[in-house]
Amino acid sequence: MSPEKMAMMANQIATFFKTQPGSDQAQRVADHLNDFWEPRMRQQLAAHVEAGGDGLDPLVKEAFALVRVPAE
Amino acid sequence: MKDFIIPWDTDADLGTPAREGKPVTLTIDGVEVTVPEHTSVMRAAMLAGLKIPKLCATDSVEAFGSCRLCVVEIEGRRGTPASCTTPVAPGMKVHTQSAKVKKIRKGVMELYISDHPLDCLTCAANGDCELQDMAGMVGLRDVRYESGQNHFDPTGTGALSKADADRRDGPGNFRYIAKDESNPYFTYDPSKCIVCSRCVRACEEVQGTFALTIEGRGFDSRVSAGAASDNFLSSDCVSCGACVQACPTATLQEKSIWELGTPERSVVTTCAYCGVGCSFKAELNGDDLVRMVPWKHGKANRGHSCVKGRFAYGYASHKDRILNPMIRDTIDEPWREVSWDEALSFAADRLKGIQQKHGRRSIGVITSSRCTNEETYLVQKLARGVFMNNNTDTCARVCHSPTGYGLGQTFGTSAGTQDFDSVEHTDVVIVIGANPTDGHPVFASRLKKRLRQGAKLIVIDPRRIDLVKSAHIRAAHHLPLRPGTNVAVVSGLAHVIVTEKLYDEAFIRERCDWDEFQEYAEFISDPRHSPEAIEDMTGVPAVEMRDAARLFAQGGNGAIYYGLGVTEHSQGSTTVMGIANLAMLTGNIGRQGVGVNPLRGQNNVQGSCDMGSFPHELPGYRHVKMPEVRKIFEDAWGVEIDPEPGLRIPNMLDAAVNGSFKGLYCQGEDILQSDPDTKHVAAGLAAMDCVIVHDLFLNETANYAHVFLPGSSFLEKNGTFTNAERRINMVRKVMAPKNGYEDWEVTQKLAQAMGADWNYGHPSEIMAEIAATTPSFANVTYEMLDEKGSVQWPCNDANPDGTPLMHVDGFVRGKGRFIVTEYVATEERTGPCFPLLLTTGRILSQYNVGAQTRRTENTAWHPEDILEIHASDAENRGVKDGDWIKLASRSGETTLRAQISDRMMPGVVYTTFHHPDTQANVITTDFSDWATNCPEYKVTAVQVLPSNGPTDWQEEYNAQAAKSRRILPAAE
Repeated sequence: MSPEKMAMMANQIATFFKTQPGSDQAQRVADHLNDFWEPRMRQQLAAHVEAGGDGLDPLVKEAFALVRVPAE
Repeated sequence: MKDFIIPWDTDADLGTPAREGKPVTLTIDGVEVTVPEHTSVMRAAMLAGLKIPKLCATDSVEAFGSCRLCVVEIEGRRGTPASCTTPVAPGMKVHTQSAKVKKIRKGVMELYISDHPLDCLTCAANGDCELQDMAGMVGLRDVRYESGQNHFDPTGTGALSKADADRRDGPGNFRYIAKDESNPYFTYDPSKCIVCSRCVRACEEVQGTFALTIEGRGFDSRVSAGAASDNFLSSDCVSCGACVQACPTATLQEKSIWELGTPERSVVTTCAYCGVGCSFKAELNGDDLVRMVPWKHGKANRGHSCVKGRFAYGYASHKDRILNPMIRDTIDEPWREVSWDEALSFAADRLKGIQQKHGRRSIGVITSSRCTNEETYLVQKLARGVFMNNNTDTCARVCHSPTGYGLGQTFGTSAGTQDFDSVEHTDVVIVIGANPTDGHPVFASRLKKRLRQGAKLIVIDPRRIDLVKSAHIRAAHHLPLRPGTNVAVVSGLAHVIVTEKLYDEAFIRERCDWDEFQEYAEFISDPRHSPEAIEDMTGVPAVEMRDAARLFAQGGNGAIYYGLGVTEHSQGSTTVMGIANLAMLTGNIGRQGVGVNPLRGQNNVQGSCDMGSFPHELPGYRHVKMPEVRKIFEDAWGVEIDPEPGLRIPNMLDAAVNGSFKGLYCQGEDILQSDPDTKHVAAGLAAMDCVIVHDLFLNETANYAHVFLPGSSFLEKNGTFTNAERRINMVRKVMAPKNGYEDWEVTQKLAQAMGADWNYGHPSEIMAEIAATTPSFANVTYEMLDEKGSVQWPCNDANPDGTPLMHVDGFVRGKGRFIVTEYVATEERTGPCFPLLLTTGRILSQYNVGAQTRRTENTAWHPEDILEIHASDAENRGVKDGDWIKLASRSGETTLRAQISDRMMPGVVYTTFHHPDTQANVITTDFSDWATNCPEYKVTAVQVLPSNGPTDWQEEYNAQAAKSRRILPAAE
């Protein structure tokens, strides 16, 4: 998956949860990524964040701290 | 009192439809009978086992009282009333066999026969003719009318005796009308018509198309389809078969009966087309299928059918079917036919080799919504229990995955809330993003019946679909929204309901989370959601939207039916939540006549989702991260289950292009044709080392496959399908699999070749495992389905008879959740290069990728995909009706013919994806729903230009496909 496509998909998730009431948006973005993104997709996201996170919504970057990145 | 014949146990025609009401007791021929008030005397007699002769009456349509064969005498009443039109009354004493009525019946019968050819022995209805039966029943022994005017074939064709031929003699009978053989599936022979009007009434009352009429008066009266210049094919007839079913003679007769004779045995089974899941009787001689007849006790279809289920089954015996396993090392080689053992060990070795080299998660499966629950369960078990990963997905990914997410979040479970019978109690219906008359025709007929009784309809669709305006149907409101603005429109409706205080506060306080409602109410009350504020963006007139919202909130029982026009968007899941919000706001959940009803595209979309096909959840919609759920399956299967979610179909293809996903077992799906962005799908498939296609035909995906495992049709296997109303219906084997194995056996053999110790002897054993592990199926067994006919899940100790209506006393998740639904425009935008919006869908006669229906006579109605375009858009481009045009998007381009259509709004074009020669999905993009990756099929920015031939891509594609389909003869 291209980095642009991955960033767009992650940003779409953040865009939804940003509109939701409450103060746990980052947690809910992270939960969604943990629940629906296969490990290698989260690994790709991790690599992208480490490389600067170009094009990622700030909420995705904030949520990333709560994303579980499997080693395997 | 005489015991009733339980209607369940018999297919007998009771003459007139059932009624509901207080019990009424009367006496018929000395037998005391109790029936609901408003029941006809005829039906009461038939229920008591007392058969009254009849011709114009049948219990699928209202009584008509024209044939006068069913006359009876009633004590204290004058004359001889028709029993079909006479309602029962308390204490009534009826005589059905008095000398007087017997004499009348004989006279009536004699008149009928005087204008009916007596070629009974060679007639296709021989043995299945009500006219013949009634002549016998009334004891007709003589016809005194020797000659005279008639409608017979003057050539004497079919006459069996000289006397019969003499009656037809003459230099040409101007009353004779030749047989109409234009419909591919049935014939209309006016010379055999007794003008009982059953066909006309079935077309009106059952199907709701109004294509038929009685033309002429008196002796000239004949059935006519459409105008005088029309035949059955060119008329409005949709070939649903209701008229053929209703016809008491050979006037309307299946061609298959002409060819194959009268069937001698029948098996009740379930249709393999759309998510309505109609029950059919497969009628056979030996293992020769003669016809499919809708089963009157089928609870989804109540005896009705459409052209696909009723007639389009010929694909199962089509010459294109592949019956032997095939393999090849690379996709540029021709196929080699091999034994099952060789094919399976080739596949297993490759898959194991890939996993050794690229890791456990480098292979996966795609389950099929056209296969049974049992087959789907085994395929996901193959991924989880043998491949040891969660890389399993199903085509629901590309259709209703947002339903799963959206309804799961709001109500707590992913399923329609009602049964189809519920529509009979509805007062206001919203149809959004669905075209039921084409996609779910039998449900559409039931809906139209309710609309003709006075229910109101709101259609939300960019196109003016047939439901907006057709015979005796007119939508109260049509909101022709611009593609991609669903969330805005649904929020606009909610805005009106909340700001005008039309919501059901008592329901919300009792059933929903009140704090969440208040947050939602504050959000939705903002003026930015008002119909006036969004009018320019959505294209929907604000006044129309306000009126529609008021009607839905105040019009009584409100039901919402929706389809893929809701889900297949970047905000598909959000729209589903918005729909759930509308239902909760108006208190339209938890009783008859209301609810949220996703119309599922394929027969077993519901079932394939129930069976754990999605990569993040085990059977019963339980996330793989939950250890207590994994433990149930770990104990049952003796393996350790991966706690991480697997790849979804689009993710599999992305991972394949990246080189980390190398092997795929794809059962009964054709992702190359059905999934979006064809070039990307092809690149993904081409990058894999082992693609196993398990299908009836060499489909488009098989162009990139290394192993082909031949599949079995729905006629050749046992199992269950679960339809859109959660109804689990039996699929029964009516003939041996032509390929040698039922599909579940093939999956088991592949698992065994991979080293698994699977030993199922019958699909009922698989269902037992499903029931043992999945709470909503806990009490489901084949014995129970045989006994009850069907059952709607949840079916467990709490609901032993199943659950027709969900969320009756409370939502599955407890309190219903209102979720804020902010509209976010899709990234797919029109611009100078691509100024039009393309939306895609399907039409009545074809199904999905067309693999089945293209191999039937249904191509008579739809031989190619057509681009529907508004006249002004066509004129601007110099495109005329019927011209070849090039359709291009940023993803790709193809060519097809244009049709000028006033169903489209300017700026929006529409096509279907049934034909691989067009490959409409080369146009669609890789944008998808934010929550589920369901592709955004319904919004693609395109350009339309005149064209004079196929695109280079089409030519390259066809060349590759032809090369890939070569088969070497089997080695001796």
